[in-house]
Amino acid sequence: MSMTVLTVDDSRTMREMLRLALADAGFRVVQAEDGIHGLEVLQAEAPQVIVTDINMPRMDGFGFIEEVRGDPKHRAIPILVLTTESDAEKKNRARMAGATGWIVKPFNPVKLVDAIRRVAA
Amino acid sequence: MDPLAAIRETFFQECEEQLAELESGLLAMEGGDRDPETINAVFRAVHSIKGGAGAFSLEALIRFAHVFETALDEMRSGRLAVTADVLKTMLRAADVLADLVRAAHDGAQGDDPRAAALADELKAMSGAAGEDDGGEEDWGDFEFKPQLVAFEAAPAPTGFLVRFKPRHDLYAKANEAALLLRELSRLGDAQVELDTEDLPPLGELDPEAAYLAWTVTLNGDTDETTIREVFEFVDGDCELEVTPIGGAPADPPAPDFDLSALLARVSDGAADDAPAGDFGAPAADGPAAEAPLADASVVELPLAANRPAPEPAAETQGLGGHRKSEAGATIRVDLERVDRLIDLVGELVINQAVLAQRVMEAGLARASAVAMGLDELEQLTREIQDSVMAIRAQPVKSVFQRMPRLVREVAAMTGKPVRLVTEGEGTEVDKTVIERLADPLTHMIRNAIDHGLESPEKRAAAGKPAEGVVRLAAMHRSGRIVIEVSDDGGGINRERVKSIAVERGLISAEAQLSDEEIDNLIFMAGFSTASEVSDISGRGVGMDVVRRSIQALGGRITINSKPGKGSTFTMSLPLTLAVLDGMVVSVEGQTLVAPITAIIETLQPKAEDVHSLGGHARVISIRGGFVPLIDVGMALGYRPEPLSATSGVALLIEGEGGARAALLVDAIQGQRQVVIKSLEANYRQVPGVAAATILGDGRVALILDIDTIVAVSRGELRKAG
Amino acid sequence: MSQTPNPSGHVGAGMRELISFRIGAQEFCVDIMAIREIRGWTAATALPQSPSFVKGVINLRGAVLPIVDLASRLGFESTQANDRNVIIVAQIGEQVVGLLVDAVSDILTVTDDVIQPTPDVASETAKTFVRGLIAMDGRMISLIGLDRVLPDMELEAA
Repeated sequence: MSMTVLTVDDSRTMREMLRLALADAGFRVVQAEDGIHGLEVLQAEAPQVIVTDINMPRMDGFGFIEEVRGDPKHRAIPILVLTTESDAEKKNRARMAGATGWIVKPFNPVKLVDAIRRVAA
Repeated sequence: MDPLAAIRETFFQECEEQLAELESGLLAMEGGDRDPETINAVFRAVHSIKGGAGAFSLEALIRFAHVFETALDEMRSGRLAVTADVLKTMLRAADVLADLVRAAHDGAQGDDPRAAALADELKAMSGAAGEDDGGEEDWGDFEFKPQLVAFEAAPAPTGFLVRFKPRHDLYAKANEAALLLRELSRLGDAQVELDTEDLPPLGELDPEAAYLAWTVTLNGDTDETTIREVFEFVDGDCELEVTPIGGAPADPPAPDFDLSALLARVSDGAADDAPAGDFGAPAADGPAAEAPLADASVVELPLAANRPAPEPAAETQGLGGHRKSEAGATIRVDLERVDRLIDLVGELVINQAVLAQRVMEAGLARASAVAMGLDELEQLTREIQDSVMAIRAQPVKSVFQRMPRLVREVAAMTGKPVRLVTEGEGTEVDKTVIERLADPLTHMIRNAIDHGLESPEKRAAAGKPAEGVVRLAAMHRSGRIVIEVSDDGGGINRERVKSIAVERGLISAEAQLSDEEIDNLIFMAGFSTASEVSDISGRGVGMDVVRRSIQALGGRITINSKPGKGSTFTMSLPLTLAVLDGMVVSVEGQTLVAPITAIIETLQPKAEDVHSLGGHARVISIRGGFVPLIDVGMALGYRPEPLSATSGVALLIEGEGGARAALLVDAIQGQRQVVIKSLEANYRQVPGVAAATILGDGRVALILDIDTIVAVSRGELRKAG
Repeated sequence: MSQTPNPSGHVGAGMRELISFRIGAQEFCVDIMAIREIRGWTAATALPQSPSFVKGVINLRGAVLPIVDLASRLGFESTQANDRNVIIVAQIGEQVVGLLVDAVSDILTVTDDVIQPTPDVASETAKTFVRGLIAMDGRMISLIGLDRVLPDMELEAA
């Protein structure tokens, strides 16, 4: 069975870009529009990897990562942060919250897939 | 379509939404809103545009969005104070961003000088807030700098010794030592030694802690940068030493640890052991911890014993408590499919009407089962039609949202401070109506500021606040949408309007006109032909153009002006362009439909009320006033001689910006809703005819274009008079 | 073989199928590719301010279809339409138009080379509509181009 990747991003454009890149690489893609939606999808889909944006309405990426890491059922899922943030502070906050790794937008599809393979068993 | 091209379209669609969000957020802030979520939403909008622009390498857009985003971030973090001036600049930046988005959409990639100037302003603002926006710190790079230099200077090493000791944090972030080792092993021939030195006695083992370390001897064609890149994500969460080995491969410091065996265990056991395990999450050292121990179950015991208490169930459920599913609330449908459905429902309505007529003709009693079934069918058909029409309905918000920018621009051009107030943005109307509202609304709002509002000095003299108010409101009223554009300016200068109308030969100098009639002069074609008439008409855009575009939508526009208090333009429009409430009439054997919205009343002309003006021109006296009596049969060329007024029925109608006329028809058949069919699709526009429809007998009936008929007859009336 | 009716409906390369019809004593034909259907006459709703050759509009399954009296359009005496007349529904560019004719006579399969150019002596009307002549079994059939059948928008829009 192919690996399921949950992508959490409020931008439809980014969600579609991610889906295109990941589906091409043979992943099964499930999507959410913000952190809260992401937590819902997480319950239903049991993804092996999560790729999340940081800036999102309702619940941002930091909050989402903290929630996932605080949930005994899902805390072991690798989470890659996908963001245009270029300052170290954002990256560090994401890491403090428990991000496994990161991808800088605009992402290169090959690097994205590579990063996912790096963190997923 | 190429999937990327499709995503690109999505991006531009989404940009429009983000731009709208950006503007409404900034406007809310201008109105005093300091909700952090508003600022966040504004920031996010620009951030998202930048992100998508990056994906498509839209350089001009990226550059501007970046500077804009930086300034917004300063504002968001409180380093840049939210002042009226700052918000004004932000709003202008939003306008420029919108232009850049549209330029990018059109494929233009040039630099907008306005963008450059505004970017400088934004940079100055961000800079003044005490932060240098010194460009991007590329945090993808900082892990590996100095080594590279040393590396080049030294003779090429043949391998590296990598010592790696994870800290607890590495596992807490769902990184896996085994995966890192696997990655490392791909770089060359790897020999891995597990260091269990720090592993405490079982009794003291903390399941959340990290005890193991690895030493990897890596031989092969690689470099330190590549090796450190493997550990990029765990930088700071582990101890990492990378030492080049010169010359001959160094002897492995200890007996081989079989990496492939470890990896085999990882892939077999990982799913069960660590990540998907139902406790403790990334179990300390994960599956790798099993390696040095003869019996894996021994390790498990203490782990189980020290297992952290299960998190209270309530917490997980609490998580669900504030979840609100938004997915599935809307679907995106190709407009063509909706229109096809609307067409089909139109057919259904016509067929139902045909059937009903046949049943009537068959002489079935109204109470018969067939007739009653047919009534139910009619009800159902009507409901289906309404529901289908509702699919095309959209809130007027999309067109209202374009107005704040216009107001800012016109305000800047005229030097008049203006506040735009919008109401009823959620009011829904057919998508086509919305699209065709933009132009008339633009003209009206421009006129309201340019000509409706007085100068600040005049306002001050009149005891009004310097800032003028333009109000744009939408509401539903008796099956139509009503849109009002009002200003709190000086009202229409009737003396001046009248003198212009006389000057332009629209009325005679002696004409006695009511205030209302004078106000309506501004809707006359030819009232505003030149820009020097700057009192009421816009820059080359006359209110007659506005009125015509509203009428083309089946709407009406009226004006209500109070000297010193301001003017209100009220537009009433149908909710859809697909159906029309009509009065079905007969003229010279033809069946015609008159739009009910234009009809004020119907009356039976009396001989003494009808007066001839010579030729075929007649007027009819209605409650003391005279209105032209127009024979529809003659106007449409169906008969050469007019019908005797007393043998027909007159429809008193209001057209031409409130001007009244009476249309003489042979008889009235009744009222009904008709489906509008285009004549232009297969033929062309016909003067005096707005469109066609298909009646219950299956025949085509023409829908009258009342205003054209009145205008044509008026011309003849003038010739006659 | 090139001039016989083609019962199989199969058309080879360089061949065209034409539908021929009668207006008074004259025979005309149009390319069958432009023809959507042929139907009986139904009373049309008169259109005001329209040229005399436009008989009005009818309802064709929900669409409003203008009816052009082809006789009148070609400069003959206009047709007094009755139940024996037929309407040829034709696609002209984006528009669908009904052509009122007396009767449809044949479907012809011809090769391009049997279509002779319109002689110079032809009238202006003929030059406007007639694209060529076909001589067959002692009959002369004029091939009509439909692109100018509807009234010109620009000329009469006022």
